[in-house]
Amino acid sequence: MNNNAAPAGAVRRIEDNKFLYTLREMWRGKNAYGMLAPFFILFTLMTAVPVLMSLPIGFTNFNMVSFPQLIGFDNFYTLFMEDEVFLISIQNTLVFALVTGPVSYVMAFMLAWFIHQLPGQLKTVFTFIFYAPTLAGNVYATWQLIFSGDSHGIANAYLTDMGILTRSQEWLTDGNLILYVVIIVQLWISLGAGFLAIRAGFQGIPGDRYEAGAIEGIKNRAQELLYITIPAMGPQLLFAAVMQIVASFSAGDVSRFLTAFPTTDYRAHSIMNHAFDFGALRFEMGMASAICFILFISMLFANWGIKKLLGKYLDS
Amino acid sequence: MKLVIKKRKKYSGSVGGDIAIFILLILLGTFMLFPIYLSVIQSLKPPEEFFLFPPRLYVISPTSQNFIELFEAAATMWVPFSRYLFNSMLVTVCVTGSQLILASMAAYVLAKVKVPGVRFFNRTIEISLLFTSTVLYIMQYMVMAQLNMINTYFAITLPFIATPMSIFFMRQFMGQIPDSIIEAAQMDGCGHFRTCWQIVMPNAKPAWVTLIIFAFTAAWQIQGGAFIFDEALKPLPTVLQQIQVSGIARAGVGAAATVFMMLPPMVLFLFCQGNVLETMAHSGLKE
Repeated sequence: MNNNAAPAGAVRRIEDNKFLYTLREMWRGKNAYGMLAPFFILFTLMTAVPVLMSLPIGFTNFNMVSFPQLIGFDNFYTLFMEDEVFLISIQNTLVFALVTGPVSYVMAFMLAWFIHQLPGQLKTVFTFIFYAPTLAGNVYATWQLIFSGDSHGIANAYLTDMGILTRSQEWLTDGNLILYVVIIVQLWISLGAGFLAIRAGFQGIPGDRYEAGAIEGIKNRAQELLYITIPAMGPQLLFAAVMQIVASFSAGDVSRFLTAFPTTDYRAHSIMNHAFDFGALRFEMGMASAICFILFISMLFANWGIKKLLGKYLDS
Repeated sequence: MKLVIKKRKKYSGSVGGDIAIFILLILLGTFMLFPIYLSVIQSLKPPEEFFLFPPRLYVISPTSQNFIELFEAAATMWVPFSRYLFNSMLVTVCVTGSQLILASMAAYVLAKVKVPGVRFFNRTIEISLLFTSTVLYIMQYMVMAQLNMINTYFAITLPFIATPMSIFFMRQFMGQIPDSIIEAAQMDGCGHFRTCWQIVMPNAKPAWVTLIIFAFTAAWQIQGGAFIFDEALKPLPTVLQQIQVSGIARAGVGAAATVFMMLPPMVLFLFCQGNVLETMAHSGLKE
């Protein structure tokens, strides 16, 4: 608490009273609080308060009409003991998170690194191409066209033509295929924010570090990556990791917009889909909230784990 | 020393590696771009080409008919199309601008100023970043109802400004600015406010340009949802979605709507990214 804007030469009095000391520090930082205030007032009203209000709903029976009734852990008991679909959705979400999470994280980094080595405006072009799915927003209709189940579907028509398929596949309704299709589309869509953050991180590494590296005898790309680039990218890599955790754990939009809801035999039914089922279709907000609460706790764990893991290698 | 270093470029590597990387990027890029390309193609197809077999990946006789139909359908609506467009533009500009200003200032304090409570704020941000819930919007509705903001522009603007992601992102970048230049600025009598805007922000250009892209893309896709019921206040995506879901007869028009919606973020992206370039690498930050 001491390298704040202290006037040069000022001697700080050591206070015995910690409380008074904190108050004095706060008074000295009043301008800083002023700069925090506009953001945090809005944040508190629009995000923090609604989040705090949603947390206890999982322990209630709430149908959006009457006031929530406290029922303790009943919702959680029902979910784990009586709801088979919930267990399927946990399994699907884990498969999802373990496949799409690490794959798109590594992809985001590798692609950003590759693009960084291209000359001039080619960088912009390729950054654009890989970020385009996020910019484009809602193109599920086009994916439906690609994976359409009849012979007019792009995938069916061209794979049959090339002799890979002998007959049309029901990509979006066949229980054996559906998870793969959803994973492909999820991978396509999930490069997003993490990728762009890492790209911006590359743009911010001072050039003299590479010159210094060259003097120190760095021979190839891999060494440069390991010894200069990655250590300088800690904050961006952490940001991308957190975004990726959120994206892969709370995945569900893809299967909801792309395929019928719920998916055949619940093959691509994720935890978020299950919450949507309870919340938006059956108006059992207590159950929906309990599901989201479980998801929230697991994301906290995943986040904690990732931070520990990255903290070992990076100084972020 | 000069002789040893010669003209070492920023990146080092063999020509073979360059070519391999380029080919890989082209292949993956094709996969990424394909659905978007297809949307554009679909939007240019005349109706009869939708039913050709096998489906074509190109247009035989491109037409602007779908776009004309889109605007005609839009013109016959109860509220003029321009009003929806205006709503969306207003919301997007307000959200992007305020997010940039508020998140940058707050992130500067969280990353670089040591005052009591910073750790608490940082924790709060990180935890709320991980919170997703299907009931969150109900609670937001209740808060906004208390503040009499339902069915006003505030309802589709304010919740999207102070997002945990924006401040987390800016904080991660600002943490990398060397303390020494901030100390130097304050030695010269710069207050926090001026340090933030005149010292830190120019040195964090890739960060805030990226934040603009994030904010704009997200804000452009804001839908009125339950917060807006007055037709004249609804943003564009709400309306275009109504057109998009109206079946195979409108498939071309739906694709035209998709293409129309993706254009502004794309133009902004190209403009912003082209501007950043790699100038940062030589900005003279010396520890």
